[in-house]
Amino acid sequence: MTQILAIALGAVLVNNFILSQFLGICPFMGVSKKIDTALGMGMAVIFVMGVASAVNYPINKYLLLPNDLIFMQTVTYILVIASLVQFVEMFLQKAVPSLYEALGVYLPLITTNCAVLGVVLQNTQKTYNFIESVTYGVTGGIGFLVAIVLFASIRERLEFAVCPKSFEGFPIALVTASLLALAFMGFSGLKIW
Amino acid sequence: MNVKKQFWEGLITQNPVLVQLLGMCPMLAITTSMFNGIGMGLSVMLILTCSNVVISMLRKVIPNKVRIACYVVVIASFVTIVDLLLKAYVPALSASLGLFIPLIVVNCIILGRAEGFASKNSVAASALDGIFQGFGNMVALTAMCIIRELLGAGTFGGGILNGGDGIRLISENVVALGMILPVGGFLTLGFLIAAMQYFLNKPKKKEVAKG
Repeated sequence: MTQILAIALGAVLVNNFILSQFLGICPFMGVSKKIDTALGMGMAVIFVMGVASAVNYPINKYLLLPNDLIFMQTVTYILVIASLVQFVEMFLQKAVPSLYEALGVYLPLITTNCAVLGVVLQNTQKTYNFIESVTYGVTGGIGFLVAIVLFASIRERLEFAVCPKSFEGFPIALVTASLLALAFMGFSGLKIW
Repeated sequence: MNVKKQFWEGLITQNPVLVQLLGMCPMLAITTSMFNGIGMGLSVMLILTCSNVVISMLRKVIPNKVRIACYVVVIASFVTIVDLLLKAYVPALSASLGLFIPLIVVNCIILGRAEGFASKNSVAASALDGIFQGFGNMVALTAMCIIRELLGAGTFGGGILNGGDGIRLISENVVALGMILPVGGFLTLGFLIAAMQYFLNKPKKKEVAKG
């Protein structure tokens, strides 16, 4: 149990996917102009990261490892993630149209989010079992959500700030992200015994 | 086909990282020593060129609806090849880049060039595009590495020069360790892109003044 808690805490705060591992920077920068869209993207990422961890675990354990196909890991994982995202999109469209409407645009983008492939590869690398993998996936997604929502709320204010012309738009957002990362560095001493 | 134009586009005016803002994850994550930057840059360049060529060759065969999935498979295959090659011949680089080698699959530069260039242009032009865009990416990565390494560790050419330790330019006692931590990554990239915007906007202003 402590192991699970440690994984969860690590993924949300200490080793935050965006701010300390640099996974998923593209959507972090791309869809963080408004809090609403950031929230939608974050939710979609939590869902896909959780499901991707759950689906890829048995594939790795029962298909790739016994057949000596470890070198196919990257190809398999990315294909699974791509088809998973497609499937989730179709399923949500039929079953939960309201959620689909809310997430709609962001779902296809998740395929190329390196946080998703990153979490699956890390699960394999760290040899997590099924429950640990899913925990890491979901809490990693929560960490993504926390970071992107915080960042979006700062960025909304940033729109009205005056800054040097060359820094307008993207560069100043990166400097802001740097300050946010500095704040998250404060969590690095956090541990659960 | 305009070789010179493509070269300048890749290096400056359409630099994949600093202007198109693609592929930022490796740009921020692994740029802590020159060895990493050049290694990553060369790997991406190789994968980008190969995948551009193959996708350009297949551009009339791949059905439009499943094109992204096809591109991803092509890219993932080349990434796996490079990953295994690095593990076999340059284990130090492989260890130091770690997760970010398989993650080249989802590097937006490669998918972006496949979708935006290789799927519309001839094989030769796509190959050149891969080389030049990859080169632009490598230059950006290396520049970022040099700045971060110098300020964060006080050395130049870490992993390559002086038997791997790099040449010490700043005393160990006065370096800003934050620069090789995530904080410095965001900060340096912010300033680099700002410098690029300044540089690119300058000639335009002159034209306006003349007009």
